[in-house]
Amino acid sequence: MATTEIKLDPNTKKLSLIGFSGDFDKLVAVFTLATGAAAVGYEVNLFFTFWGLDGIKIKQGRSPVGKGFLPKVFGVFMGGLKSAPVSRLNFGGISPKIFRYLMRKNNVATLEELVEAAKVLNVNFYACEMAMHILGIQKSDLISEVKEVLGVASFLKIADGGQTLFI
Amino acid sequence: MTFVKTKIELSKLKSGDTLEVLLTEGEPLENVPRSSTEQGFTVLSITEAEVKGTHKVVIQK
Repeated sequence: MATTEIKLDPNTKKLSLIGFSGDFDKLVAVFTLATGAAAVGYEVNLFFTFWGLDGIKIKQGRSPVGKGFLPKVFGVFMGGLKSAPVSRLNFGGISPKIFRYLMRKNNVATLEELVEAAKVLNVNFYACEMAMHILGIQKSDLISEVKEVLGVASFLKIADGGQTLFI
Repeated sequence: MTFVKTKIELSKLKSGDTLEVLLTEGEPLENVPRSSTEQGFTVLSITEAEVKGTHKVVIQK
């Protein structure tokens, strides 16, 4: 996929988001903010940790992703982007389907479209080293746009000088 | 998201090319021309479109 030509200068504003949640609605919030900011010239850094990692797995459905028995069980139960539950009134996975229908009906970008837009707009994707270690997830399990696997100190250095939000 | 889609489409164009965007009144119609100008693009025209409540905005890269 082609990416846009975004030239960053030293005065570029910066937004860093910590994507902790794997919930559908919270991932929508992460990617709406990320794409909106990137479109108006912000440097955007996304740091995915714990359940947030589900949003950037290559396998978007329920799949035994991970190294070891327990991580594979987590992988099957949690799944990826396409099986993300909503944080309230999930109704066994029916609500995300209803949300997707409503988003398309109202000409609002779906979660999948937002993620693709973030890639095109050169948003920086990072993954949390510690959470990956606990959940048995490897970099090869994640989308290729993930630039680096980082710890907190490295992420704070990247986020330094900008706004940071935890979602 | 409207400006996100606009920005992505603009990025595919060459300098000097124009993009026509249909926008509904309210936030999209206020935001897209403003953000386009801030991002260094030129808003050539804003005219009412056939569908009531929508406007055609022509933006030059």
